[in-house]
Amino acid sequence: MRALLTLLLLATAPLLPALLITPPAQAEEVVLGLSQDRVAITATFDGSEILIFGAVKREAPIATDAPLEVVVTVSGPSEPVMVRRKEREFGIWVNTDSVAVDSAPSFYAVATSAPFSDALSDTEDLRHKVSIQRAIRSVGATVEGAQAFTEALMRIREDRGFYTLQEEAVALDEQTLFRTALRMPADLIEGEYETRIFLTRAGRVISRYETVIEVNKVGLERFLFNLSREQPAIYGVLALVIAMLSGWGAAALFQMLRDR
Amino acid sequence: MNIYLPIAEVAVNAFLVLGLGGLVGVLSGMFGVGGGFLLTPLLFFIGIPPAVAVATGANQIVASSVSGVLAHLRRRTVDLKMGAVLQGGGLIGATLGVAIFNYLKSLGQVDLFVTLCYVVFLGIVGGLMFIESLNALRKSKRGAPPKRKQRGWVHALPFKMRFRTSGLYISVLPPVAVGVFVGMLTAIMGVGGGFIMVPAMIYLLGMPTKVVVGTSLFQIILVTAATTMMHAITNQTVDIVLAVLLLVGGVVGAQFGTRIGTLLKAEQLRILLALLVLLVCAKLGLDLLLEPSELYSLNPLREAR
Repeated sequence: MRALLTLLLLATAPLLPALLITPPAQAEEVVLGLSQDRVAITATFDGSEILIFGAVKREAPIATDAPLEVVVTVSGPSEPVMVRRKEREFGIWVNTDSVAVDSAPSFYAVATSAPFSDALSDTEDLRHKVSIQRAIRSVGATVEGAQAFTEALMRIREDRGFYTLQEEAVALDEQTLFRTALRMPADLIEGEYETRIFLTRAGRVISRYETVIEVNKVGLERFLFNLSREQPAIYGVLALVIAMLSGWGAAALFQMLRDR
Repeated sequence: MNIYLPIAEVAVNAFLVLGLGGLVGVLSGMFGVGGGFLLTPLLFFIGIPPAVAVATGANQIVASSVSGVLAHLRRRTVDLKMGAVLQGGGLIGATLGVAIFNYLKSLGQVDLFVTLCYVVFLGIVGGLMFIESLNALRKSKRGAPPKRKQRGWVHALPFKMRFRTSGLYISVLPPVAVGVFVGMLTAIMGVGGGFIMVPAMIYLLGMPTKVVVGTSLFQIILVTAATTMMHAITNQTVDIVLAVLLLVGGVVGAQFGTRIGTLLKAEQLRILLALLVLLVCAKLGLDLLLEPSELYSLNPLREAR
């Protein structure tokens, strides 16, 4: 009897969440395609461009009250970052104040189909943490003017192409088909790159879709990275052997060339 | 052509790195310095994380030093006995240096200390060497043979030992002390220490310049090999791909450097090294004095993945 009950519970389990949290009649949904859902970092990896495209599935006719907008975000693995500021002391520039930002994505790209503030209201931005400044989490900063430090973090990473905001970069046809291309720099960190697509009307999020792009080292890169972590002594010896052999090889080669 | 470095997790231009390795290799062969004092800052500049730059730089110096030593061994300009004594001191010094480094790290400001170390030591060594070799050059132009100061306090110490290749009969204490001191600097500054070792051997131990270069390279091998292993095991920051790129350029450069070195007079060699040391010193010093364009710096506290 108990077995039968468990079986029954298991069979209905997948239905339960759907029944409990039915969204308020989600009229429009995202059907998504990615040009690639894996990024392989090879020795000659030189960045990657990912095409994100999709369609809006709807049961009802297109609502006419406000235009549909699409917001796409891709976020690399987050990590804490120490931001330091230099100040002049005794005539030289030294690091004085520092703020530990609790969590900042190593890569963050936002693309929208309209100017950002039109596509998403502040409240929705706050709720879903979409814009770059919302994606960075900094609490318990003790230094006065901690804001300047998170701004510096964003400025430095924007300059290096790690944080991008591309407004009106999502092409949207007939309020149904959308596509955008996101450029990922060569200096990528391994991990799961969380990808989110928001459909909005009048700044309100009406549908949200999430997927993951895997970024992994492959081949020789994978092998060397694993070896350095799992067998550091062997890795060190390997590095030394390569160094000594090539040193000896070059000396022998030049000796040969000179003797001829 | 860009190459992705698996440990540094950055992509670099392969030809740029090959060129850097070659440049440092030429210097290494010419002057008997590992070139770390030049290579490490240059690697920072092209965007390699400092921890990886220091560790991989050490590995590259092993290669160019082996290449250089072999060239010198053939010409019998390596004092193996002196080198072994220096290496013994060097290992003791490196252990002490790591302890000092970790203590400073606990206080914070270790970056500043390392830069100040660079400026102070490069400044003193470069300045002294420049003045001395300028005087020597003037003297040799006037035709007077350069005097070698053989009799000093160094020769009054006990535990005397004969160093045949160098033509010296001195106490082992000064070479051991030099080794300890340079070993300490190696651990703190992430360099082979040749730029300190070379002048110390010439001016403190009174070794002939011809022998100094080969012997310095010989002792650098062991110290940098130990540093490489230490970094590979504790921090896992040695990037083999970066090292291979650097050392392909480096070993070839070292061979050319050794050739160039034999064509120049000892005084000329020293004055060039002095100028180079002073140049790097000035660059680092200016970085401390001038207002940086970006006052903020990022330091990701990445967990071991």
